[in-house]
Amino acid sequence: MTTTTYAGTPVVLDDEGFFADPDQWTEAMAPEIAKEHAIDELTDRHWKVLTFMRAEYAEKGTGPTVRVLGKASGVSVKELYQLFPKGPAKTAAKIAGIPKPKGCI
Amino acid sequence: MNRRIVILGSGTAGTLTANRLRRLYDRSEYEIVVVDQNDEHVYQPGLLFVPFGLAEPHALVRPRGRQLLDGIEYRRAEIDQVDLDADRVRFTDGDSLGYDVLVVATGAVLLPEETEGLVGPAWGKQVHTFYDLPGATALHRALEEFEGGRLVVNVADLPLKCPVAPLEFSFLADWYFQRRGIRDKVQLTYVTPLDSAFTKPVAAQALGGLLKEKGVELVTEFTLGSVEMDEVESGPGGGGRLVSYDGTEVPFDLAVVVPLHGGAPYVGRSEGLGDELNFVRVDQRTLQSKARPNVFALGDAAGLPASKAGSVAHFEGEVLVHNIGRHLAGEPLDGSYDGHTNCFIETGFHKALLIDFNYETEPLPGHYPAAVGLPLLKESRANHLGKLAFEWLYWHSLLPGRDLPGIGSAMPEHGKSRPADAAHPAA
Repeated sequence: MTTTTYAGTPVVLDDEGFFADPDQWTEAMAPEIAKEHAIDELTDRHWKVLTFMRAEYAEKGTGPTVRVLGKASGVSVKELYQLFPKGPAKTAAKIAGIPKPKGCI
Repeated sequence: MNRRIVILGSGTAGTLTANRLRRLYDRSEYEIVVVDQNDEHVYQPGLLFVPFGLAEPHALVRPRGRQLLDGIEYRRAEIDQVDLDADRVRFTDGDSLGYDVLVVATGAVLLPEETEGLVGPAWGKQVHTFYDLPGATALHRALEEFEGGRLVVNVADLPLKCPVAPLEFSFLADWYFQRRGIRDKVQLTYVTPLDSAFTKPVAAQALGGLLKEKGVELVTEFTLGSVEMDEVESGPGGGGRLVSYDGTEVPFDLAVVVPLHGGAPYVGRSEGLGDELNFVRVDQRTLQSKARPNVFALGDAAGLPASKAGSVAHFEGEVLVHNIGRHLAGEPLDGSYDGHTNCFIETGFHKALLIDFNYETEPLPGHYPAAVGLPLLKESRANHLGKLAFEWLYWHSLLPGRDLPGIGSAMPEHGKSRPADAAHPAA
Protein backbone atom coordinates (compact mmCIF):
# COMPACT_ATOMS: atom_id res chain seq x y z
CA MET A 1 0.00 0.00 0.00
CA THR A 2 1.19 3.52 -0.78
CA THR A 3 -0.32 6.95 -0.30
CA THR A 4 -0.36 9.44 -3.13
CA THR A 5 -2.13 12.73 -3.80
CA TYR A 6 -4.62 13.43 -6.60
CA ALA A 7 -6.52 16.73 -6.92
CA GLY A 8 -4.98 17.84 -3.64
CA THR A 9 -6.39 14.90 -1.67
CA PRO A 10 -4.34 11.97 -0.32
CA VAL A 11 -5.54 8.51 -1.43
CA VAL A 12 -4.36 4.96 -0.71
CA LEU A 13 -3.27 2.74 -3.62
CA ASP A 14 -2.51 -0.98 -3.51
CA ASP A 15 0.80 -2.50 -4.62
CA GLU A 16 -0.30 -2.52 -8.26
CA GLY A 17 -1.53 1.10 -8.24
CA PHE A 18 -5.30 0.49 -7.91
CA PHE A 19 -7.44 2.41 -5.42
CA ALA A 20 -7.73 0.52 -2.14
CA ASP A 21 -10.90 2.45 -1.28
CA PRO A 22 -13.07 3.53 -4.23
CA ASP A 23 -14.88 6.02 -1.97
CA GLN A 24 -11.72 8.16 -1.93
CA TRP A 25 -12.04 8.80 -5.67
CA THR A 26 -13.50 11.97 -7.15
CA GLU A 27 -14.06 12.94 -10.78
CA ALA A 28 -11.49 15.70 -10.41
CA MET A 29 -8.77 13.06 -9.85
CA ALA A 30 -9.41 11.22 -13.13
CA PRO A 31 -7.52 13.56 -15.50
CA GLU A 32 -4.42 13.44 -13.26
CA ILE A 33 -4.44 9.63 -13.12
CA ALA A 34 -5.04 9.47 -16.89
CA LYS A 35 -1.93 11.57 -17.54
CA GLU A 36 0.13 9.03 -15.59
CA HIS A 37 -1.03 6.50 -18.20
CA ALA A 38 -0.16 8.72 -21.16
CA ILE A 39 -3.78 9.75 -21.79
CA ASP A 40 -3.58 13.53 -22.16
CA GLU A 41 -7.27 14.24 -22.43
CA LEU A 42 -10.33 12.37 -21.21
CA THR A 43 -12.99 12.58 -23.92
CA ASP A 44 -16.71 11.82 -23.61
CA ARG A 45 -15.93 8.30 -24.87
CA HIS A 46 -13.40 7.81 -22.07
CA TRP A 47 -15.96 9.03 -19.55
CA LYS A 48 -18.59 6.66 -20.92
CA VAL A 49 -16.26 3.77 -20.05
CA LEU A 50 -15.23 5.21 -16.66
CA THR A 51 -18.84 5.78 -15.63
CA PHE A 52 -19.71 2.21 -16.65
CA MET A 53 -16.75 0.87 -14.63
CA ARG A 54 -17.91 2.70 -11.49
CA ALA A 55 -21.50 1.46 -11.94
CA GLU A 56 -20.41 -2.16 -12.48
CA TYR A 57 -18.19 -2.02 -9.41
CA ALA A 58 -21.01 -0.60 -7.30
CA GLU A 59 -23.35 -3.37 -8.46
CA LYS A 60 -21.05 -6.40 -8.57
CA GLY A 61 -18.14 -5.58 -6.29
CA THR A 62 -15.62 -5.97 -9.12
CA GLY A 63 -14.84 -4.08 -12.30
CA PRO A 64 -15.77 -5.62 -15.66
CA THR A 65 -13.40 -7.55 -17.94
CA VAL A 66 -12.56 -6.16 -21.39
CA ARG A 67 -15.06 -8.51 -22.95
CA VAL A 68 -17.91 -7.39 -20.71
CA LEU A 69 -16.94 -3.78 -21.35
CA GLY A 70 -17.11 -4.45 -25.09
CA LYS A 71 -20.54 -6.09 -24.77
CA ALA A 72 -22.20 -3.74 -22.33
CA SER A 73 -20.50 -0.34 -22.12
CA GLY A 74 -21.50 0.82 -25.58
CA VAL A 75 -17.84 1.04 -26.66
CA SER A 76 -16.42 -1.76 -28.83
CA VAL A 77 -13.30 -3.68 -27.76
CA LYS A 78 -11.38 -2.18 -30.70
CA GLU A 79 -12.25 1.35 -29.60
CA LEU A 80 -11.52 0.49 -25.97
CA TYR A 81 -7.94 -0.31 -26.98
CA GLN A 82 -7.74 2.98 -28.89
CA LEU A 83 -8.97 4.87 -25.82
CA PHE A 84 -6.83 2.94 -23.32
CA PRO A 85 -3.94 1.51 -25.38
CA LYS A 86 -2.19 -0.25 -22.51
CA GLY A 87 -5.16 -2.47 -21.65
CA PRO A 88 -8.66 -1.05 -21.08
CA ALA A 89 -9.79 -3.13 -18.10
CA LYS A 90 -6.81 -2.29 -15.91
CA THR A 91 -6.08 1.26 -17.08
CA ALA A 92 -9.74 2.31 -16.95
CA ALA A 93 -10.09 0.72 -13.50
CA LYS A 94 -7.15 2.78 -12.23
CA ILE A 95 -8.53 6.02 -13.71
CA ALA A 96 -12.03 5.21 -12.41
CA GLY A 97 -10.63 4.60 -8.93
CA ILE A 98 -11.76 1.00 -8.47
CA PRO A 99 -9.75 -2.11 -7.48
CA LYS A 100 -8.18 -4.43 -10.08
CA PRO A 101 -10.91 -6.35 -11.94
CA LYS A 102 -10.95 -9.91 -10.64
CA GLY A 103 -12.12 -11.71 -13.76
CA CYS A 104 -13.30 -15.27 -13.51
CA ILE A 105 -10.83 -18.07 -13.61
CA MET B 1 -51.43 -32.23 -8.76
CA ASN B 2 -47.72 -32.82 -8.12
CA ARG B 3 -45.38 -29.94 -7.99
CA ARG B 4 -42.79 -29.96 -10.74
CA ILE B 5 -39.05 -29.28 -10.71
CA VAL B 6 -37.64 -28.64 -14.18
CA ILE B 7 -33.89 -28.91 -14.81
CA LEU B 8 -32.58 -27.45 -18.03
CA GLY B 9 -29.46 -29.30 -19.17
CA SER B 10 -28.19 -32.78 -18.40
CA GLY B 11 -24.47 -32.31 -18.28
CA THR B 12 -22.50 -32.73 -15.07
CA ALA B 13 -24.46 -30.14 -13.06
CA GLY B 14 -27.96 -30.94 -14.29
CA THR B 15 -27.57 -34.72 -14.02
CA LEU B 16 -26.16 -34.78 -10.51
CA THR B 17 -28.75 -32.25 -9.32
CA ALA B 18 -31.65 -34.25 -10.77
CA ASN B 19 -30.37 -37.47 -9.19
CA ARG B 20 -29.78 -35.84 -5.80
CA LEU B 21 -33.30 -34.37 -5.83
CA ARG B 22 -34.84 -37.71 -6.89
CA ARG B 23 -33.12 -39.43 -3.97
CA LEU B 24 -34.45 -36.81 -1.59
CA TYR B 25 -38.07 -36.55 -2.72
CA ASP B 26 -40.61 -39.21 -3.49
CA ARG B 27 -42.07 -39.04 -6.96
CA SER B 28 -45.53 -38.58 -5.41
CA GLU B 29 -44.29 -35.27 -3.99
CA TYR B 30 -42.40 -33.82 -6.94
CA GLU B 31 -42.25 -34.55 -10.60
CA ILE B 32 -38.68 -34.02 -11.90
CA VAL B 33 -38.19 -33.27 -15.59
CA VAL B 34 -34.78 -32.90 -17.22
CA VAL B 35 -34.54 -31.24 -20.63
CA ASP B 36 -31.69 -31.43 -23.11
CA GLN B 37 -31.39 -30.91 -26.84
CA ASN B 38 -29.22 -33.93 -27.63
CA ASP B 39 -28.53 -37.33 -26.14
CA GLU B 40 -24.74 -37.24 -25.88
CA HIS B 41 -23.21 -36.74 -22.45
CA VAL B 42 -19.50 -36.12 -22.97
CA TYR B 43 -16.96 -36.75 -20.22
CA GLN B 44 -15.30 -33.38 -20.76
CA PRO B 45 -12.11 -33.97 -18.72
CA GLY B 46 -11.26 -36.64 -21.30
CA LEU B 47 -11.14 -34.09 -24.15
CA LEU B 48 -7.63 -33.09 -23.06
CA PHE B 49 -6.34 -36.59 -23.73
CA VAL B 50 -7.87 -37.10 -27.20
CA PRO B 51 -5.37 -34.94 -29.16
CA PHE B 52 -2.46 -36.97 -27.78
CA GLY B 53 -4.07 -40.33 -28.53
CA LEU B 54 -4.49 -41.04 -24.82
CA ALA B 55 -8.28 -41.36 -25.00
CA GLU B 56 -10.62 -42.65 -27.70
CA PRO B 57 -13.34 -40.12 -28.58
CA HIS B 58 -16.18 -42.65 -28.58
CA ALA B 59 -15.24 -43.88 -25.09
CA LEU B 60 -16.03 -40.42 -23.62
CA VAL B 61 -19.68 -40.37 -24.69
CA ARG B 62 -22.69 -41.98 -23.03
CA PRO B 63 -26.46 -41.48 -23.46
CA ARG B 64 -27.82 -38.69 -21.25
CA GLY B 65 -31.03 -40.48 -20.26
CA ARG B 66 -29.09 -43.48 -18.94
CA GLN B 67 -27.35 -41.28 -16.35
CA LEU B 68 -30.68 -40.31 -14.75
CA LEU B 69 -32.30 -42.35 -12.00
CA ASP B 70 -35.68 -44.04 -12.46
CA GLY B 71 -38.50 -41.64 -11.83
CA ILE B 72 -36.87 -38.71 -13.62
CA GLU B 73 -38.52 -37.73 -16.88
CA TYR B 74 -36.01 -37.02 -19.65
CA ARG B 75 -37.26 -34.78 -22.39
CA ARG B 76 -35.34 -34.06 -25.56
CA ALA B 77 -36.21 -30.58 -26.79
CA GLU B 78 -34.67 -27.31 -27.88
CA ILE B 79 -35.34 -24.43 -25.52
CA ASP B 80 -36.58 -21.18 -27.01
CA GLN B 81 -36.82 -19.15 -23.80
CA VAL B 82 -37.82 -19.10 -20.16
CA ASP B 83 -40.85 -16.98 -19.33
CA LEU B 84 -40.08 -15.94 -15.77
CA ASP B 85 -43.43 -14.19 -15.31
CA ALA B 86 -45.40 -17.30 -16.30
CA ASP B 87 -43.07 -19.87 -14.62
CA ARG B 88 -42.88 -21.66 -17.94
CA VAL B 89 -40.18 -22.93 -20.33
CA ARG B 90 -41.04 -22.51 -24.00
CA PHE B 91 -39.57 -24.83 -26.65
CA THR B 92 -38.77 -24.10 -30.29
CA ASP B 93 -41.38 -26.67 -31.42
CA GLY B 94 -44.12 -24.50 -29.88
CA ASP B 95 -44.70 -26.70 -26.82
CA SER B 96 -44.06 -25.46 -23.27
CA LEU B 97 -43.63 -26.77 -19.73
CA GLY B 98 -44.61 -25.10 -16.45
CA TYR B 99 -42.49 -25.35 -13.31
CA ASP B 100 -42.63 -24.68 -9.59
CA VAL B 101 -38.84 -24.66 -9.35
CA LEU B 102 -36.45 -24.20 -12.28
CA VAL B 103 -32.78 -25.15 -12.30
CA VAL B 104 -30.68 -23.78 -15.17
CA ALA B 105 -27.74 -26.08 -15.88
CA THR B 106 -27.22 -25.69 -19.61
CA GLY B 107 -23.51 -24.98 -19.31
CA ALA B 108 -21.41 -22.79 -21.55
CA VAL B 109 -21.13 -22.71 -25.34
CA LEU B 110 -18.06 -22.07 -27.48
CA LEU B 111 -18.22 -18.93 -29.60
CA PRO B 112 -15.32 -19.20 -32.08
CA GLU B 113 -17.26 -17.15 -34.63
CA GLU B 114 -17.04 -14.10 -32.34
CA THR B 115 -13.29 -13.80 -33.01
CA GLU B 116 -12.42 -12.38 -36.39
CA GLY B 117 -10.73 -14.92 -38.65
CA LEU B 118 -10.82 -17.78 -36.14
CA VAL B 119 -13.41 -19.79 -38.08
CA GLY B 120 -12.15 -19.71 -41.65
CA PRO B 121 -10.53 -22.03 -44.17
CA ALA B 122 -7.76 -22.83 -41.66
CA TRP B 123 -10.23 -23.91 -38.91
CA GLY B 124 -9.66 -27.61 -38.31
CA LYS B 125 -6.44 -27.51 -40.36
CA GLN B 126 -3.85 -25.09 -38.93
CA VAL B 127 -6.19 -23.60 -36.29
CA HIS B 128 -7.83 -25.91 -33.76
CA THR B 129 -9.57 -26.22 -30.44
CA PHE B 130 -9.81 -29.27 -28.21
CA TYR B 131 -12.80 -27.98 -26.21
CA ASP B 132 -15.31 -30.15 -28.05
CA LEU B 133 -15.16 -33.70 -29.36
CA PRO B 134 -14.93 -32.95 -33.12
CA GLY B 135 -12.23 -30.35 -32.38
CA ALA B 136 -10.19 -32.66 -30.17
CA THR B 137 -10.44 -35.44 -32.76
CA ALA B 138 -9.29 -33.18 -35.61
CA LEU B 139 -6.43 -31.90 -33.47
CA HIS B 140 -5.27 -35.48 -32.86
CA ARG B 141 -4.81 -35.92 -36.61
CA ALA B 142 -3.07 -32.54 -36.90
CA LEU B 143 -0.62 -33.37 -34.10
CA GLU B 144 0.18 -36.72 -35.68
CA GLU B 145 1.05 -34.94 -38.93
CA PHE B 146 2.99 -32.12 -37.23
CA GLU B 147 6.69 -32.55 -37.89
CA GLY B 148 7.96 -29.34 -36.30
CA GLY B 149 7.47 -25.58 -36.16
CA ARG B 150 5.67 -23.10 -33.93
CA LEU B 151 2.80 -24.54 -31.90
CA VAL B 152 0.87 -21.85 -30.03
CA VAL B 153 -1.68 -22.50 -27.28
CA ASN B 154 -4.00 -19.54 -26.69
CA VAL B 155 -6.86 -18.64 -24.37
CA ALA B 156 -8.97 -16.05 -26.23
CA ASP B 157 -10.48 -14.49 -23.10
CA LEU B 158 -12.18 -15.28 -19.80
CA PRO B 159 -14.30 -16.96 -18.59
CA LEU B 160 -13.48 -20.43 -19.90
CA LYS B 161 -14.26 -24.01 -18.98
CA CYS B 162 -11.45 -25.66 -17.05
CA PRO B 163 -8.94 -22.78 -16.99
CA VAL B 164 -6.07 -25.18 -16.34
CA ALA B 165 -6.72 -27.35 -19.43
CA PRO B 166 -4.76 -25.12 -21.84
CA LEU B 167 -1.81 -25.25 -19.43
CA GLU B 168 -2.15 -29.01 -19.24
CA PHE B 169 -2.23 -29.13 -23.04
CA SER B 170 1.09 -27.25 -23.14
CA PHE B 171 2.70 -29.62 -20.62
CA LEU B 172 1.41 -32.69 -22.46
CA ALA B 173 2.57 -31.27 -25.81
CA ASP B 174 6.11 -31.08 -24.39
CA TRP B 175 5.81 -34.72 -23.29
CA TYR B 176 4.20 -35.81 -26.61
CA PHE B 177 6.90 -34.30 -28.82
CA GLN B 178 9.67 -35.65 -26.60
CA ARG B 179 8.14 -39.10 -26.93
CA ARG B 180 8.08 -38.66 -30.70
CA GLY B 181 11.71 -37.52 -30.63
CA ILE B 182 11.06 -34.15 -32.31
CA ARG B 183 10.81 -31.84 -29.29
CA ASP B 184 13.87 -29.87 -30.50
CA LYS B 185 12.01 -29.06 -33.73
CA VAL B 186 8.92 -27.70 -31.95
CA GLN B 187 8.69 -24.21 -30.45
CA LEU B 188 5.90 -24.17 -27.83
CA THR B 189 4.27 -20.89 -26.78
CA TYR B 190 1.47 -20.29 -24.26
CA VAL B 191 -0.48 -17.08 -24.86
CA THR B 192 -2.89 -15.79 -22.20
CA PRO B 193 -4.94 -12.65 -21.51
CA LEU B 194 -3.87 -12.86 -17.85
CA ASP B 195 -0.78 -11.10 -16.52
CA SER B 196 0.75 -14.47 -15.54
CA ALA B 197 0.24 -18.21 -16.08
CA PHE B 198 -2.76 -18.27 -13.69
CA THR B 199 -5.01 -15.77 -11.94
CA LYS B 200 -3.74 -16.23 -8.39
CA PRO B 201 -0.12 -15.43 -7.47
CA VAL B 202 1.07 -18.59 -5.70
CA ALA B 203 -0.30 -20.95 -8.36
CA ALA B 204 0.84 -18.55 -11.11
CA GLN B 205 4.38 -18.79 -9.79
CA ALA B 206 4.28 -22.61 -9.63
CA LEU B 207 2.64 -23.07 -13.03
CA GLY B 208 4.77 -20.38 -14.67
CA GLY B 209 7.83 -22.19 -13.29
CA LEU B 210 6.66 -25.45 -14.83
CA LEU B 211 6.17 -23.81 -18.24
CA LYS B 212 9.72 -22.49 -18.05
CA GLU B 213 11.09 -25.86 -16.94
CA LYS B 214 9.45 -27.50 -19.94
CA GLY B 215 10.70 -24.87 -22.37
CA VAL B 216 7.30 -23.31 -23.09
CA GLU B 217 7.47 -19.58 -23.85
CA LEU B 218 4.87 -17.52 -21.95
CA VAL B 219 3.15 -14.50 -23.55
CA THR B 220 0.88 -12.59 -21.14
CA GLU B 221 -1.73 -9.79 -21.36
CA PHE B 222 -2.67 -10.85 -24.89
CA THR B 223 -6.38 -10.48 -25.68
CA LEU B 224 -7.09 -12.19 -28.98
CA GLY B 225 -8.53 -9.77 -31.53
CA SER B 226 -8.15 -11.75 -34.75
CA VAL B 227 -6.49 -14.70 -36.44
CA GLU B 228 -4.77 -13.92 -39.72
CA MET B 229 -3.48 -16.58 -42.07
CA ASP B 230 -0.37 -16.13 -44.21
CA GLU B 231 -0.87 -16.03 -47.94
CA VAL B 232 0.38 -19.22 -49.56
CA GLU B 233 0.72 -19.69 -53.26
CA SER B 234 -0.91 -23.08 -53.49
CA GLY B 235 -2.87 -25.27 -51.15
CA PRO B 236 -2.74 -25.63 -47.38
CA GLY B 237 0.42 -25.68 -45.32
CA GLY B 238 0.91 -22.03 -44.48
CA GLY B 239 0.89 -20.67 -40.96
CA GLY B 240 -0.61 -17.54 -39.54
CA ARG B 241 -0.60 -15.00 -36.72
CA LEU B 242 -2.64 -14.42 -33.62
CA VAL B 243 -3.19 -10.67 -33.37
CA SER B 244 -4.17 -9.01 -30.09
CA TYR B 245 -6.34 -5.92 -29.80
CA ASP B 246 -3.25 -3.85 -29.02
CA GLY B 247 -1.56 -5.03 -32.23
CA THR B 248 0.85 -7.59 -30.74
CA GLU B 249 1.36 -10.56 -33.07
CA VAL B 250 2.26 -14.16 -32.27
CA PRO B 251 3.13 -16.26 -35.36
CA PHE B 252 2.23 -19.94 -35.54
CA ASP B 253 2.34 -22.99 -37.75
CA LEU B 254 -0.29 -24.74 -35.65
CA ALA B 255 -2.61 -22.84 -33.28
CA VAL B 256 -4.66 -24.39 -30.48
CA VAL B 257 -7.18 -21.75 -29.41
CA VAL B 258 -9.71 -21.87 -26.59
CA PRO B 259 -12.52 -19.76 -28.10
CA LEU B 260 -14.68 -17.22 -26.27
CA HIS B 261 -17.36 -18.77 -24.08
CA GLY B 262 -20.90 -17.65 -23.42
CA GLY B 263 -24.02 -19.03 -21.79
CA ALA B 264 -26.74 -20.80 -23.80
CA PRO B 265 -28.39 -18.45 -26.35
CA TYR B 266 -31.92 -19.01 -24.93
CA VAL B 267 -30.73 -17.37 -21.68
CA GLY B 268 -30.20 -14.16 -23.64
CA ARG B 269 -33.73 -14.47 -25.07
CA SER B 270 -35.23 -14.88 -21.58
CA GLU B 271 -35.85 -11.42 -20.18
CA GLY B 272 -34.19 -10.83 -16.83
CA LEU B 273 -32.47 -14.23 -16.58
CA GLY B 274 -28.92 -13.63 -17.84
CA ASP B 275 -26.03 -11.19 -17.93
CA GLU B 276 -24.31 -9.67 -20.97
CA LEU B 277 -22.55 -12.98 -21.73
CA ASN B 278 -25.78 -15.04 -21.27
CA PHE B 279 -24.70 -16.50 -17.95
CA VAL B 280 -27.45 -16.64 -15.31
CA ARG B 281 -27.33 -13.95 -12.63
CA VAL B 282 -27.35 -15.72 -9.27
CA ASP B 283 -26.35 -15.02 -5.70
CA GLN B 284 -22.84 -16.41 -5.39
CA ARG B 285 -23.56 -18.11 -2.07
CA THR B 286 -27.14 -19.43 -2.43
CA LEU B 287 -27.17 -19.97 -6.25
CA GLN B 288 -30.67 -18.44 -6.35
CA SER B 289 -31.53 -16.30 -9.36
CA LYS B 290 -31.44 -12.57 -8.76
CA ALA B 291 -34.60 -12.33 -10.88
CA ARG B 292 -36.90 -14.93 -9.22
CA PRO B 293 -36.78 -16.90 -5.95
CA ASN B 294 -37.95 -20.15 -7.59
CA VAL B 295 -35.15 -20.14 -10.17
CA PHE B 296 -31.63 -21.41 -9.50
CA ALA B 297 -28.53 -21.99 -11.62
CA LEU B 298 -25.33 -23.92 -11.19
CA GLY B 299 -22.37 -25.24 -13.12
CA ASP B 300 -21.01 -23.43 -16.16
CA ALA B 301 -24.39 -21.74 -16.77
CA ALA B 302 -24.10 -19.68 -13.59
CA GLY B 303 -22.50 -16.23 -13.74
CA LEU B 304 -20.25 -16.64 -10.71
CA PRO B 305 -16.69 -15.49 -9.96
CA ALA B 306 -15.73 -19.18 -9.80
CA SER B 307 -13.99 -21.53 -12.16
CA LYS B 308 -16.06 -23.27 -14.81
CA ALA B 309 -15.10 -26.82 -13.84
CA GLY B 310 -16.90 -30.05 -13.05
CA SER B 311 -15.77 -29.95 -9.43
CA VAL B 312 -17.58 -26.62 -9.03
CA ALA B 313 -20.80 -28.20 -10.33
CA HIS B 314 -20.32 -31.06 -7.87
CA PHE B 315 -19.75 -28.83 -4.85
CA GLU B 316 -22.52 -26.43 -5.86
CA GLY B 317 -24.95 -29.35 -6.31
CA GLU B 318 -24.81 -30.24 -2.66
CA VAL B 319 -25.63 -26.66 -1.59
CA LEU B 320 -28.22 -26.15 -4.31
CA VAL B 321 -30.27 -29.23 -3.45
CA HIS B 322 -30.32 -28.16 0.19
CA ASN B 323 -31.47 -24.64 -0.77
CA ILE B 324 -34.18 -25.94 -3.09
CA GLY B 325 -35.48 -27.94 -0.14
CA ARG B 326 -35.55 -24.81 2.02
CA HIS B 327 -37.33 -22.87 -0.74
CA LEU B 328 -39.94 -25.61 -1.19
CA ALA B 329 -40.55 -25.63 2.56
CA GLY B 330 -41.01 -21.86 2.54
CA GLU B 331 -37.93 -21.33 4.71
CA PRO B 332 -35.06 -18.87 4.22
CA LEU B 333 -32.10 -20.27 2.27
CA ASP B 334 -29.16 -21.19 4.51
CA GLY B 335 -26.98 -23.31 2.23
CA SER B 336 -23.87 -21.38 1.23
CA TYR B 337 -21.46 -22.24 -1.59
CA ASP B 338 -17.95 -20.98 -0.73
CA GLY B 339 -16.50 -21.09 -4.25
CA HIS B 340 -14.76 -24.42 -3.63
CA THR B 341 -12.92 -25.74 -6.69
CA ASN B 342 -10.36 -28.44 -7.15
CA CYS B 343 -8.54 -29.59 -10.24
CA PHE B 344 -5.91 -32.12 -11.16
CA ILE B 345 -3.39 -30.56 -13.55
CA GLU B 346 -1.76 -33.16 -15.79
CA THR B 347 1.90 -32.30 -16.38
CA GLY B 348 3.06 -35.23 -18.54
CA PHE B 349 5.44 -38.08 -17.76
CA HIS B 350 2.72 -39.74 -15.61
CA LYS B 351 2.59 -36.88 -13.13
CA ALA B 352 0.03 -34.26 -12.13
CA LEU B 353 -0.50 -31.37 -9.73
CA LEU B 354 -3.59 -30.77 -7.64
CA ILE B 355 -5.02 -27.38 -6.72
CA ASP B 356 -7.80 -26.66 -4.20
CA PHE B 357 -9.26 -23.20 -3.53
CA ASN B 358 -12.40 -21.09 -3.04
CA TYR B 359 -13.63 -17.50 -3.36
CA GLU B 360 -11.36 -16.27 -0.57
CA THR B 361 -8.43 -18.69 -0.49
CA GLU B 362 -6.12 -18.97 -3.48
CA PRO B 363 -4.57 -22.34 -4.43
CA LEU B 364 -1.89 -23.01 -1.82
CA PRO B 365 0.70 -25.73 -1.29
CA GLY B 366 0.11 -28.45 1.32
CA HIS B 367 -2.03 -31.57 1.19
CA TYR B 368 -5.65 -32.45 0.31
CA PRO B 369 -8.07 -33.09 1.92
CA ALA B 370 -6.10 -32.97 5.21
CA ALA B 371 -2.52 -32.88 6.47
CA VAL B 372 -2.16 -36.42 5.12
CA GLY B 373 -3.36 -36.68 1.56
CA LEU B 374 -2.55 -35.80 -2.02
CA PRO B 375 0.14 -33.13 -2.43
CA LEU B 376 -1.11 -29.68 -3.49
CA LEU B 377 0.65 -27.56 -6.12
CA LYS B 378 3.35 -30.17 -6.47
CA GLU B 379 3.89 -32.74 -9.21
CA SER B 380 3.31 -36.32 -8.14
CA ARG B 381 2.47 -39.72 -9.57
CA ALA B 382 -0.35 -40.05 -7.00
CA ASN B 383 -2.11 -37.02 -8.46
CA HIS B 384 -1.83 -38.48 -11.97
CA LEU B 385 -3.40 -41.72 -10.75
CA GLY B 386 -6.09 -39.64 -9.02
CA LYS B 387 -6.88 -37.90 -12.30
CA LEU B 388 -7.19 -41.23 -14.13
CA ALA B 389 -9.31 -42.76 -11.35
CA PHE B 390 -11.67 -39.82 -11.48
CA GLU B 391 -13.31 -40.99 -14.71
CA TRP B 392 -14.82 -44.03 -12.97
CA LEU B 393 -15.94 -41.91 -10.02
CA TYR B 394 -17.53 -39.43 -12.42
CA TRP B 395 -19.87 -41.96 -14.05
CA HIS B 396 -20.53 -44.13 -11.01
CA SER B 397 -20.56 -41.77 -8.06
CA LEU B 398 -20.56 -38.08 -8.99
CA LEU B 399 -23.25 -38.15 -11.71
CA PRO B 400 -25.57 -40.45 -9.72
CA GLY B 401 -25.40 -37.78 -7.01
CA ARG B 402 -23.64 -39.77 -4.33
CA ASP B 403 -21.34 -38.07 -1.84
CA LEU B 404 -17.68 -38.74 -2.60
CA PRO B 405 -16.01 -39.96 0.62
CA GLY B 406 -13.95 -37.21 2.25
CA ILE B 407 -14.76 -34.68 -0.48
CA GLY B 408 -17.40 -32.24 0.74
CA SER B 409 -18.71 -28.97 -0.61
CA ALA B 410 -16.87 -26.72 1.84
CA MET B 411 -13.17 -26.22 1.09
CA PRO B 412 -11.05 -28.03 3.72
CA GLU B 413 -8.72 -25.72 5.65
CA HIS B 414 -6.53 -28.44 7.15
CA GLY B 415 -3.42 -29.39 5.27
CA LYS B 416 -2.91 -26.04 3.55
CA SER B 417 0.13 -23.84 4.11
CA ARG B 418 -1.39 -20.45 4.87
CA PRO B 419 -0.17 -17.25 3.15
CA ALA B 420 2.67 -16.58 5.61
CA ASP B 421 4.18 -19.95 4.70
CA ALA B 422 3.10 -19.74 1.09
CA ALA B 423 5.33 -16.88 0.01
CA HIS B 424 7.86 -19.43 -1.24
CA PRO B 425 5.86 -22.45 -2.43
CA ALA B 426 7.59 -25.78 -2.42
CA ALA B 427 6.70 -26.34 -6.07
